[in-house]
Amino acid sequence: MSLFAVGGANSAIPEIHRIAVDVNHWLTDKQFSDVFAISQLSPGPNVLIVTLIGYQVAGILGALVATLSMCGPTAVVAYYVSRFLARSTHATWPGIVQAALVPLSIGLMSASGLIVMMTADTSIIAYSVTAVAAVLAFATRLNPLWLLVGGGLLGFAGIL
Amino acid sequence: MPAPSPPLTAESSGNTTPAPVGLGTLFIAFAKMSLAGFGGVLVWARRAIVEQHGWMTAEEFNETFAICHFLPGPNIVNLSVVFGARIRGIPGAVAAFAGLLGPPVLIVTFLAILYSRYGDLEALRRTLAGVSCVAVGLLFAVIARMMLPLLKKREPLDLLTMLAVFVAVGLVRWPLPIVLLVGVPVSVLLTIMVRRRSGA
Repeated sequence: MSLFAVGGANSAIPEIHRIAVDVNHWLTDKQFSDVFAISQLSPGPNVLIVTLIGYQVAGILGALVATLSMCGPTAVVAYYVSRFLARSTHATWPGIVQAALVPLSIGLMSASGLIVMMTADTSIIAYSVTAVAAVLAFATRLNPLWLLVGGGLLGFAGIL
Repeated sequence: MPAPSPPLTAESSGNTTPAPVGLGTLFIAFAKMSLAGFGGVLVWARRAIVEQHGWMTAEEFNETFAICHFLPGPNIVNLSVVFGARIRGIPGAVAAFAGLLGPPVLIVTFLAILYSRYGDLEALRRTLAGVSCVAVGLLFAVIARMMLPLLKKREPLDLLTMLAVFVAVGLVRWPLPIVLLVGVPVSVLLTIMVRRRSGA
């Protein structure tokens, strides 16, 4: 799966959801959205959502296996490709490939947004919280952590 | 009985190159940026590598990141490997990789244990539900930021590619490998065509 995560972990979410929820039934939709929330709350790369899923499936060993298999192979590929690129001087095609991948990865991320939205938001109020968070995060330089904590407090208070 | 010998490497290496960065330093630097990065490590990686340690110029960093972005896999993980390798070869790559992933994996695993034990508690469920609503909002904000330059360019083919991928993966729920297998070559071809047309 990781070999297809073009443009970061967030574009791989539709595929992660498809494999973990739809195909293998490792998690329910509700658990998936919880796990997504925890991975956004935690420090470190967002890719650690696979660590959480791995733990749900097979405990600590599962967490380690999921993390390594998500990050290991591509890391090796990255190592060799970067060495190859460092040697080649006439490098116009990386630019072309990169430009071609931008719309693809934004399309993927939008699909991610749609999928986590459908698993996470269950009420009108939930949708409005999402909308307010999106606008605040887009328009201000507020640390996202405060928004996440705020959402947690709203949830804890039973407003959602 | 091996006699204690003075370290030769300190003298013999590094006459022409700048002082090599220690593996421990690499590990700690990446661990720090990883732990600081809630919802995205890239900003911190840039700050640490370019501004704080001066290991790369801003141009070198952008170039390296561009490579990592078009490679498959999590960008920031790729960046750690490529960067570590540039500085200290394979051991450097391993140190940066371990620093980036090790500490947060421990924390996340701990959270996973908590979740599987207390995940059914009503209060926790509600709290997490609130957090995920916001997390989705944050994701949309990132998408919007990334989309702005694309919208400004007003290149219909780019927008069409974006929309097609969104529909195929998000609405029709086709498997990602198939979508990419078709989408990547098509998008590369379109990009070449567009560049030819605008260049001519």
